[in-house]
Amino acid sequence: MSLELIGISVLWLFLFGYVIVGSIDYGAGFFNAHSIITGKQHILSKVIQRYLSPVWEVTNVFFVFFFVGIVGFFPQTAYYFGTILLVPGSIGLILLAIRGSYYAFESYGARGHKGYAFMYGASGLLIPASLSIVLTISEGGFVSIVDDNPVLDYAALFTSPLTWSIVVLSIAAVLYISAVFLTWYAFKTGDDNATELMRKYAIGWSVPLIIAASGIIYELSFHNEEHFSRMIDLWWMFGLSFLLWIGTVWLLWKRTRYGVAFGLLVGQFALAFFAYGISHYPYLLYPYLTIYEGFTNTAMAISLIIAFILGMALLLPSLYLLMKLFLFDKNYVQGNNSKKE
Amino acid sequence: MFDDPVYASRLLTLLTLSFHIIYATIGVGVPLMIMIAQWIGIKKNDMHYIMMARRWAKGFVVTVAVGVVTGTAIGLQLSLLWPQFMELAGNIIALPLFMEVFAFFFEAIFLGIYLYTWDRFDNPKKHFLLLIPVAIGAGMSAFFITAVNSFMNSPAGFDIVNGQLVNANPIAAMFNPSMPTKVTHVLSTAYMTVAFMLAAIAAYRLIKGSNHVYHKKALYMTMKIGLVFAIATALLGDLSGKYLAEYQPEKLAAAEWHFETENEAPLIMFGVVDENQEISYAIEIPLMLSILAHGYPSAEVTGLNEFPEEEQPPLIIHYYFAIMVTIGVFMIGLSLVYWFGIRRGWPFVRAQWYRWLIVLGGPLSFLAIEAGWWLAERGRQPWILRGIMTVDQAATTSDYVGHMFILFAGLYLVLGIGTVVVLRKIFKNDPVEKELEKLQGGEPS
Repeated sequence: MSLELIGISVLWLFLFGYVIVGSIDYGAGFFNAHSIITGKQHILSKVIQRYLSPVWEVTNVFFVFFFVGIVGFFPQTAYYFGTILLVPGSIGLILLAIRGSYYAFESYGARGHKGYAFMYGASGLLIPASLSIVLTISEGGFVSIVDDNPVLDYAALFTSPLTWSIVVLSIAAVLYISAVFLTWYAFKTGDDNATELMRKYAIGWSVPLIIAASGIIYELSFHNEEHFSRMIDLWWMFGLSFLLWIGTVWLLWKRTRYGVAFGLLVGQFALAFFAYGISHYPYLLYPYLTIYEGFTNTAMAISLIIAFILGMALLLPSLYLLMKLFLFDKNYVQGNNSKKE
Repeated sequence: MFDDPVYASRLLTLLTLSFHIIYATIGVGVPLMIMIAQWIGIKKNDMHYIMMARRWAKGFVVTVAVGVVTGTAIGLQLSLLWPQFMELAGNIIALPLFMEVFAFFFEAIFLGIYLYTWDRFDNPKKHFLLLIPVAIGAGMSAFFITAVNSFMNSPAGFDIVNGQLVNANPIAAMFNPSMPTKVTHVLSTAYMTVAFMLAAIAAYRLIKGSNHVYHKKALYMTMKIGLVFAIATALLGDLSGKYLAEYQPEKLAAAEWHFETENEAPLIMFGVVDENQEISYAIEIPLMLSILAHGYPSAEVTGLNEFPEEEQPPLIIHYYFAIMVTIGVFMIGLSLVYWFGIRRGWPFVRAQWYRWLIVLGGPLSFLAIEAGWWLAERGRQPWILRGIMTVDQAATTSDYVGHMFILFAGLYLVLGIGTVVVLRKIFKNDPVEKELEKLQGGEPS
């Protein structure tokens, strides 16, 4: 496996991690705000706060890891994407900033404050929408080179149906992933009302999700034929992903094995996300930049990979500890504050 | 002026860094303070110190949140505003940038665990142990990010052949000549500033009528810590001067308004300069610049006129230098007198006016941090990567940077006000007296 492939695989894996944990996080923020504003917080807020509180900073790190890593492994992305993403990137940053701070303001300073909860619930939902623009741009067709500098055509970007389908998909995915996870989490806390409500949301969002995803594949067939035909070559991955989606919905419908349902969901998104990524290969930005042209020097690549392995050796046990204490600890999850060694 | 992407990019970077550095300093410094307080609390079995750790941690999470998001902002803005620079620098200095993420990740995980496990361990020492990775992670974050900044000042770890950067050596780039002085200076000033910030809070509570021994203990402890790090900062500052004289003489010369190369150079503080390089109204300390630059009074110090005009940093950095040094010296004096005063029982260190000075010391220390960074960054002009790339060459070519400046200015305003409002709310509803009662059923103060 070439260094380029190792680099992009590691980054793609982290981006996938961000998609999952970020979706749970942003969706939970939205459901929390929704329940506070509609006066249903007695059902949901406790469950959501219990999960969100210790992990929110971890979520943000996945994102930072991705954009720092991509500039490390592929410095030319800084030039291409840095130049064209000034406006969308800045808007994404502002949303991230509002989301992170207001989350902290609400949960550490003013619990139950409607305004704060609304701020972070709404900004959390817009973050995936604004970040997903990057995927749209990477498909090509919106960037031209003027006087040796890349320029983004905003009009074309914002009138393209592809852009809006990806936006819809990102929002649907956030709410769906989050709802499925929280169904499971609420079930573990033994809170039947919350479980039932989240289950309803999960099933409700499963259909828009699959419609938006199919719509994107259809639109790519006009927008980027090369990418589309490579996706068709990977039809079995998308097919498998679809079967896993059916599995999740089936288990939710039957009110059984919510943990397995969430596991299937992760599998579904992993397959689709990697099938999309593999078919995007070798382009980072159609048609200007591939992972081979934009790659860093060998010395840097090797030192980044070593740093990554050492970093992981440090992080995985720590993450395990975090999960053990908060996600899988029966006493904590059920809200008992009994002491333990 | 906003129409010029270079100028607007510089302004926006100035804005983001100046805002972020407040939270970053708190983020680096507070974990150590919490650690010291909790350790003393466990050792002396004194509830007050445990409470200090607890209350500082409570406020800390709010500032961490804002620090995380503004840190994310500056991280991404590097690519958005300086794409050419990041493309070049990514090849050489991406390693510490990458490792910083891990350091922060590590810190974030253990901070999360620490905050939510106050009552989960029977043995309080186990809970204390969680602080070690938090403080180390915070310190390592500062180390890696400062290494990147020092690379911009003294690029190393590559060769230039036909205008291309080749033979990249990421380790040598990270351990570039200015790294040791910069990293240690950043760390010690962070600890010093945070100690004085916490001292200012304690002094303010005492002024406002709370006579609780908790605040007195907090004040005495933080002033002592502040003193130690203020002295360390002064010593490290001396080393920074020697580094500059060797590797960035133009920065030292501009900061000092030292125009002609000469021996036995005096240190000039404040004053004004005219277009003929005539300085008036300045405080002059004989021989001091030679000592700062080379360690002995007769040393020759290179003057600014040795450098081509287009490579001279702006003269305003002289004031940043003067502000930084003056505040540093003031804080050493203030904390030294306080420490002596408490030990010897001098009454005036407990007087209202002295406490007001300590309160003032908090914001002043932050001002010194800001001045230090303005000195570091503007003192590097016109370069973004000294000797290799100027800021004009590095800046984005895209429009709307000025608009982004306005958006971010609004954001920082909202976040700044939000921080203050929320912190006030947290501590107003839960004063020390009330929290102590809750914890132990009321002990006379």
